Order: sequence, then structure tokens, then C-alpha cells
Amino acid sequence: MRFTKDHEWVALEGDIATVGITAYAAEQLGDVVYVETPEPGRALKAGEGMAVVESVKAASDVYAPLSGEVVEANGDLTGAPETVNAEPEAGGWFARVRIADRAEYDALMDRAAYDAFLETL
Amino acid sequence: MSEPELKRTPLHAAHLAAGARMAGFAGYDMPIQYPDGVMKEHAWTRTSAGLFDVSHMGQARILGADATSAFEGVTPGDFAALKPGRQKYSVLLNDTGGILDDLMAARPDDQGLFIVVNGACKDADFRFLDAQLSGDARLVRIEDHALLALQGPEAAAVLAAHVPAASGMAFMDSAALTGFGGVDLIVSRSGYTGEDGFEISLPAAEAPRVWAALLADERVRPIGLGARDSLRLEAGLPLYGHDVDPSVSPIEAGLAFALSPSRRRRGDFPGAARILAEVSGAPTRARIALKVLEGAPAREGAVIVDADGAEVGVVTSGGFSPSLGVPIAIGFAPPALCAPGQRLGVVVRGRTWPVETTDLPFVPHRYVRRP
Repeated sequence: MRFTKDHEWVALEGDIATVGITAYAAEQLGDVVYVETPEPGRALKAGEGMAVVESVKAASDVYAPLSGEVVEANGDLTGAPETVNAEPEAGGWFARVRIADRAEYDALMDRAAYDAFLETL
Repeated sequence: MSEPELKRTPLHAAHLAAGARMAGFAGYDMPIQYPDGVMKEHAWTRTSAGLFDVSHMGQARILGADATSAFEGVTPGDFAALKPGRQKYSVLLNDTGGILDDLMAARPDDQGLFIVVNGACKDADFRFLDAQLSGDARLVRIEDHALLALQGPEAAAVLAAHVPAASGMAFMDSAALTGFGGVDLIVSRSGYTGEDGFEISLPAAEAPRVWAALLADERVRPIGLGARDSLRLEAGLPLYGHDVDPSVSPIEAGLAFALSPSRRRRGDFPGAARILAEVSGAPTRARIALKVLEGAPAREGAVIVDADGAEVGVVTSGGFSPSLGVPIAIGFAPPALCAPGQRLGVVVRGRTWPVETTDLPFVPHRYVRRP
């Protein structure tokens, strides 16, 4: 698993990347009440807004950690957005993306680097 | 330019010790939520008792023989008729009938009026009152007191153990009482959640001990400003600076009850020409309440559209209702569209979601009124 400074995680299998928000991000957001996932087929560029996650109080953007094409969105989050809090780095995934450039993945932080980054916040 | 340093309430250290997430609000470093989080804090207040630090709000006395008549010069309420031991909701009006702030004004004792105004407005309110109060009426700010709110169905039973006389109070009663081992308090049976509950003014130095004494009761948990906002939205209570501002009249805001019948007959309040015209005719906009039937929460600024997609109004407060499990919102729209049961839409991030107009409050009030 790799991580961004915006607190997204990426798990790569072949050329399909599963993307979500980290446990830290879910904890910071508080109770998630609504998630807007990207449409399958959408072309994403690394760094652009790909999803929106809403708590009782506010809406927050989720950024694409890497470029590629959305192949699947997590439809379960529509009826059960609280899964993002319960299992942020598993069942609370947002989308699967067919990545364009493996180098973008390799450039992301690994778990140790992300944990060290969290220590600086 | 550097940010002005945030002020602290007398309970700041207690909030940090409790693990609260803090943020700036009305110039104060305030608890937004505790480790329980907004959903649990909200539900706890609706089912047991929530304790809120609202010491950022402005407290003052209006003293002098002319106190009530002078206060009537800037409000549409009948304060001459306000009996000792009672409290009244009101608004400060500008010359065009717009609302400068909303407030509570009480007669807890024989020392003029005791008022509580919004934290974000208090400096401007107090300057305005200093300039506007006529005759021998004068404003005396109360800077050395904290303000707590204890809200929820268990609030009365909890407070009775510390302030026995509070049990005899009804909704919108106000009294100078002694409790918590000899502390002088001003207690009102009111709040900002729609639940039964109390607001308690007390000396700042006593606030940490009283806060801890209330939290020692297992029926009580601390509640942050996040849940305070979702609770007041469900109760249909406006938030100044969002749902109400100096362009909005009490009639447009759905606060016609703040206009006392005697004052309406006399028409002797600021902006009377506009406000009375809105009472007898129809204002161009009115308070609308929306339940989102499907889709994203509609928040402040979201456009309200009709079935043809034409813009008809705007959301002034919106979010997720923990009690109802759906997003809710209030805003402004033409009066004809505000009747309950109509289908409209709200636009969130370019998509239109279906909403239904509804009555206020979204969640029934549970005030304890005098039988």
C-alpha cells in the first residue's frame, strides 16, 4: 500500500489501483454521512478531485493519487457511507483505477514514510 | 497580516484535557467535538443530557429606570410586560427592519434586564446598545462570567441535584438562584437544541468546578459546537450570520413571534414601515425548510430550483440530520413555495437532487411549559 500527503491510500494489483482515504483522514473527518464516487470510465489526472466525502459538518475533496481510468466505484458507500469510518483502508475503498504510469505509484510514500509524515502534523 | 490571537473561555483547559478538537469560532478557541464525535454527541443530547460551554456568547445587563423602555427602542418586543422571572427571545433591529442580532432578554431579578447575545456579534451589539439606549438606561457588560448550557431529557433531573430551585422552572423562566455549594447563578430554562434544558450564567472562577460537577453525573457528556449546530438545525432555530443577517427582517426569517402584538399595534419599532407591510402583505422571501429525498447534503449557498430547473431560492444552513438520517436544510424562497409537501430541487456540485418542503421544526421541540 502507498500513501499521499492528502491522506489517500493506493493498493496496486497488476495495473488496477484501489483507492481510498486513510484511517487518519477518516478519523479527522468524523462521521461520514455521504460519499460521491467517480463515474466508471472517467479519466483521472493525478492531483485532481476524484470524489467528495461529507461529514455531518462539512464536505471534503478526495484527490486522485495517480492518473488513469476509473473502472469501478464502490457502490456500497451510497447506502453505507459509515463504512469509510469503520474500515477506511479496506471495505471503505472509493474506486478502482486502471493506472497509466506505474512510476506515479512508485513515487508515493510507503507505510513507514506516511507514518513519519503523520508524526510531523 | 497575522491572525488575531483566539480568546479562551474559562473552560479551555477542561476541553483540552477531555481531548476536544478545537477551532476558532467567534474569536474564541472552542471545542468543535469531543472524542465521541458529532453523531454520538448529537444523539446523547437527544436521549440524555449534553453539557455545552457557550461562554463565548455576550452577557450584559441593561440597568436604570428606563431600561425596558429604552430596550424597546431597538427591539420589537413588549419588555414593559416582561414579568420578573421570565425571559423573551428578541432581535436587535436596524432602521430598515433588518436584524442586527438575535438575543435572549430576561428579568431574573429586580436589576433591569439580563441579555445574552451571539458571540460573533457581541462587540458590535454592545457598541450599538451603548449608542442607542436612551434616558438613564445603560449597558453593563458582564465579562467575568461563563455560560453553560445543559440540554436534553435528563437535564432537569441532573440539575435538580445541584440547584434544587431549578426544578420549579418552566420553559423561558429565568431566575437568580444559588447552587453548586453557594455559587450565584442566573438560570434560564431554555437553549438552542429544541430539547428541555437550562442555560446557566456563573462566575468564571467557579466554571471549571461546576463543569466537572455536572460531568461527574453519568447522564451528562460534553458536547461540542458541531453537534450544537446539527441540533439547532433540526430544531429549526436560525443561526445568526447564516440564516439571518442585517438584510433579513423578522418576518422573512420566520421570527414573527418576536413581534409583540402591542408593539405591532403601536408600530413604534425600527423599520416598522417595512415589517408591518410584510405582516399585512407578503414578503418577497420567506423561510423554507427542506428534506433531501436523495443525494448529497445541501449546504449554505446551494441553489434551490423548481421542477423546470429555474432558480427559486438559496440554502442558508444545511447538513445531515443525525436524528432523521437524511440531509436537511433551511433557506429562503418565495412564500408560495414554502408550504410543506412540495417537490423542489437543490443543486450540489452541478447535480440537482430532489427535495421536499416540510414544516419546522424538523424534530419536535420538547420544551417543558407551565401547565
